[in-house]
Amino acid sequence: MTNTPANAKRTVGWMGIHRGHKARPVEWLAEKFIFLVSLTAILMVFLIFVFVAREALPLVLGQMNSAAARPAIPAKDMDKLKPAELQEYLGLTPAEFKGLDKEALQALMEVREEEAKEAPKDKDAKVNTTEWKYLFGAHEWSDSRPEDRHVWQPIGRIHKYNLWPLIIGSLKTTLVALLFSVPLALAAAIYVSQLSSPSLKEWLKPAIEMLSGVPSVVLGFFGLIVMATFLQSVFGYQSRLNAFVAGIALGLAVIPVVFSIAEDALTSVPRSYTQAALALGASKWQAAWQIVLPAAAPGVFAAVVLGFGRAIGETMVVLMASGNASIMSWSLFDSTRSITATIAAELAEAVFGGHHYRMLFLIGAMLFIVTFLTNLAGDLIMHRLKGRLEGKAK
Amino acid sequence: MAAFSPTQVTLNTAKPTEGAGAPLIASEGVNLHYGATQALKNISLTIGERHVTAFIGPSGCGKSTFLRCFNRMNDLIDSVRITGSIKIGGQDIYSPDVDVIELRKRIGMVFQRSNPFPKSIYDNITYGLKLHGMTAKSELDATVEQSLRGAALWDEVKDRLHTSALGLSGGQQQRLCIARAIAIKPEILLMDEPASALDPIATAKIEELILELKREFTIVIVTHNMQQAARISDQTAFFYLGELIEFDTTAKIFTNPSKKQTEDYVTGRFG
Ligand SMILES: Nc1ncnc2c1ncn2[C@@H]1O[C@H](COP(=O)(O)OP(=O)(O)OP(=O)(O)O)[C@@H](O)[C@H]1O
Ligand SMILES: [Mg+2]
Repeated sequence: MTNTPANAKRTVGWMGIHRGHKARPVEWLAEKFIFLVSLTAILMVFLIFVFVAREALPLVLGQMNSAAARPAIPAKDMDKLKPAELQEYLGLTPAEFKGLDKEALQALMEVREEEAKEAPKDKDAKVNTTEWKYLFGAHEWSDSRPEDRHVWQPIGRIHKYNLWPLIIGSLKTTLVALLFSVPLALAAAIYVSQLSSPSLKEWLKPAIEMLSGVPSVVLGFFGLIVMATFLQSVFGYQSRLNAFVAGIALGLAVIPVVFSIAEDALTSVPRSYTQAALALGASKWQAAWQIVLPAAAPGVFAAVVLGFGRAIGETMVVLMASGNASIMSWSLFDSTRSITATIAAELAEAVFGGHHYRMLFLIGAMLFIVTFLTNLAGDLIMHRLKGRLEGKAK
Repeated sequence: MAAFSPTQVTLNTAKPTEGAGAPLIASEGVNLHYGATQALKNISLTIGERHVTAFIGPSGCGKSTFLRCFNRMNDLIDSVRITGSIKIGGQDIYSPDVDVIELRKRIGMVFQRSNPFPKSIYDNITYGLKLHGMTAKSELDATVEQSLRGAALWDEVKDRLHTSALGLSGGQQQRLCIARAIAIKPEILLMDEPASALDPIATAKIEELILELKREFTIVIVTHNMQQAARISDQTAFFYLGELIEFDTTAKIFTNPSKKQTEDYVTGRFG
């Protein structure tokens, strides 16, 4: 007689252990399904990047020409060109090229010839402003002040695409936003998770997190109307809308992100650490600051990284409160313009497939890469912090 | 009665320290409620200075709860309500003008579940010292070594003082917590099952440490190990379901208890 329960399907001997995933098919299926779902998420991110980067690719490869005056070939010489050459010269896609008959092509060539005749003759007319040296280097433009300048001015006779004003604009507003919101959000997170009474916590936590429910257009409006006036009267600077105002308004959008994640990280630190510190004679503050905060460092760090992502990616608030002028300046009190606001404001009016259009995708792809790299670096640092806390790494 | 044999336990025969036993901690009619449930019922006892007092009793009877009353750790639990009085050195520690931080600086505690900080072994011990205002490196180093030796941990960790304490084994972590508690030289040391995860050799070392500390300090220890209570304590309190059933000298409790429940418990015939 054995002790095996009557209903157990046990085979004689140990062969029965070779059942693999057939033993629990539902769990196995569910696991695979969840894996597939998460894979889809990764795939989506990848596809979005591919789409953005594809639109920007001709720029990167140097295939775009934004010069106001392009050399023209006389229309009567059309027959001398091979079809492929003609297609490239007229800037047509293969499909468009096929759809046009000889007369239409002839007409297009005449338009080009006409354009070339009327084109301005100054030195910058022939410049292809989408070249890297114009994107990043200063240039003395013939139609503005006689000095080397970084200018983003896509509309006009010369299309100026210098990226620095936008990069600096994004950095300025993001920096102000983080400097303003991270200390506030962390202080609030420490207070709510460690110091406040539970009944107060029940009020405070949802109240702060409700900030994230405020639509960013409302925040932008608030920044534009209320905060801009208030801050100007306090600090007394010149232009009413500037990087500083935009940064503070942006900070309001960042606070709930940083707060929420940091508060979770701090709350999940075992209470026994706090108890040990208090039993040694630490005050609540000392325990929170010296024991709990370092123990929550990985999570708090992740909160700041996410806050950065939110700040640099936010569009509406900056568009409304920054003054939206692409001025090359490090001053926080000059009007400014971020990468995101530029894309939002200009994409609708850019010619589909044109150099302006592609330029906007290029800065979009740049933004994507920056946030991706930041998150990656943040993740690496977080793992090191975690490892150190858990006693793995030295 | 027949199964009760005093040879089961070895009593602490060490001579009591000169002048020990003067009342230090006095609890008077302490009742403690967790919300609606009462965990301590009218507990009155007096703990002698430089004595080792053992709390024994079945799981859930309120030993830890009562121990936490002495350094007011129960304050951290919101639902707790305490009535009655606890005086240390004649001072009511629950009077409103008591600075809990000052109180806790003078009372060390080893928790039932070991809870080292997620910091290096060295920092675990110096944290309390720094709270007490010790800053000189040489002094800190010396105290770290001394307390780790006291907790029988020094030889195992002396080469890895600056690695994380969470990399230690369960028993090592428990000894680290003991070292952390004794480093600040508390006048009263509360120990909640300090040897529950230790092997016999480490346990013996900790017991040695307790007997040595007793020369200067007052110790209250919770233990489930009857032999241990008998070996190291001067007085023993037996708790059952939140009540103090019997409190007397250890010799009396283990050889001639006056309550049937106590006798059943210490002889292992409980239940
Ligand atoms: N934080 C708490 N909230 C509510 N009830 C609690 C809390 N802590 C303890 N209790 C209850 O109080 C009673 C006494 O618990 P306590 O931890 O003091 O027991 P103990 O004697 O130390 O037991 P053990 O030997 O298992 O450690 C138990 O019934 C327990 O459920
Ligand atoms: Mg206990």
